[in-house]
Amino acid sequence: MDLRQQHELLYRMDKTDSFMDRLKGSAAYPLRAQSIEILQLNVTRRCNLCCRHCHVEGSPEQTGELSRENMEACLRVAAIPEITTLDITGGAPEMHPRLEWFLKEAAGIGKRLLVRSNGAILLEDPYRRYLDIYAETGVEVVLSLPHPLRERTDRMRGTGIFERIITAMKELNKRGYGNSETGRILNLVHNPVGAFLPGSQQALESEYRSRLRQDYGVEFNSLYCLTNCPVGRYLDFLKRSGNLPDYINLLKQSFNPEAVQNLMCRTTLSVGVDGRLFDCDFNQVLDLSLSDGTPAHIRDFNYEKLSRREIVVRSHCFACTAGSGSSCQGALE
Amino acid sequence: MSQQYYEKDDLQDFPNIAEYASEQGEKFFEYYDRATSAGKLTEREKSLIALTVATVRHCPYCIDAYTNKCLSLGVGHDEMMEAIHVGAAMVAGDTLVHATQMRKIVKKKEM
Ligand code: SF4
Ligand code: SF4
Repeated sequence: MDLRQQHELLYRMDKTDSFMDRLKGSAAYPLRAQSIEILQLNVTRRCNLCCRHCHVEGSPEQTGELSRENMEACLRVAAIPEITTLDITGGAPEMHPRLEWFLKEAAGIGKRLLVRSNGAILLEDPYRRYLDIYAETGVEVVLSLPHPLRERTDRMRGTGIFERIITAMKELNKRGYGNSETGRILNLVHNPVGAFLPGSQQALESEYRSRLRQDYGVEFNSLYCLTNCPVGRYLDFLKRSGNLPDYINLLKQSFNPEAVQNLMCRTTLSVGVDGRLFDCDFNQVLDLSLSDGTPAHIRDFNYEKLSRREIVVRSHCFACTAGSGSSCQGALE
Repeated sequence: MSQQYYEKDDLQDFPNIAEYASEQGEKFFEYYDRATSAGKLTEREKSLIALTVATVRHCPYCIDAYTNKCLSLGVGHDEMMEAIHVGAAMVAGDTLVHATQMRKIVKKKEM
């Protein structure tokens, strides 16, 4: 689905009971950032996989990557005291030709550094070396594993992918990842495989832990549950399967005003592959630029202006406030 | 105007059923929440019980709600189906066990 079609669908959803109306109802409009603690970089949308729920529509055909110059600008920004975390995402970040260099530079800054990987790529040449690079740099690894059952994960990501993720987890476990004593953190991400919300993070984490330990002997630290945002390929799935109106209603009915205060965009700034700045990865995909008067590019970063910016919201934002709330760090409660 | 008694959207009215008798309604919801949330049994186990009861009782609203809840909690299709078979077996069993009533009467009445 192209960008124009996505916007049309979102505008249609905005017509009645929009996210803005709900924020007004909770005296939270306009929504403003309160700080910037996390700098999230989408280094490339290229990916070895082509998952059915992917909001960035990652695939081997995607082109473009964060330039060296923009990466250097990100490193300068990451060094300011307010930023605590550098979060690297994609696509498959490993497909960025300068990821190794970037990780080594970023590790030197001494902030929390995490990379979001699909796991399967860590068994492919020439990306296999990242298993060791991750261990050397001590980067936190966040692996996406939509479901602890093979059949469910493979439906979303492709046949045989579950097995490869498990093998990648074994390799990471061998290098000390997922063991609370080594300090090497391996977290997993759960996304519902279909048009429903994630269950409680605590219940799912124990489900994942017991199944993965019992069936495959693999370990991880924590599970992050993410609600699927009606953007990109997931929006396309909702529309084609006739689930779109029900899913949007479900998100709206599950609106949790308490989640608003903790929305990730209030403490995160997202950098696109061209160095442009966005409120979050979803707004990036929808090409929703930052509000007027705010620096638009990483090279023009200005903490004062950006940390108090007004957030640009549309109806896809209901995915972040449904139930326990959702962010790239999992549930908000 | 729709001609159906059961509408999918009816489920959205469920939270409002306390409207005409608020004290009982509120107490019901408090009880409902307590009974269905994790206790000695996990949320997952309780959701499978709820799905089974909903199916046995033919309640389309609860089947919808608890199928979604089971999916949300990562319950496998095979596990949901197995749970429903427990319900089906119980229904068959409690039908058949009542045959004893018929058998008792037959034995008493016939020469
Ligand atoms: S969800 Fe992740 S792994 Fe799957 S296609 Fe998108 S970027 Fe790639
Ligand atoms: S979609 Fe982005 S902008 Fe909207 S609430 Fe979520 S994080 Fe904030």
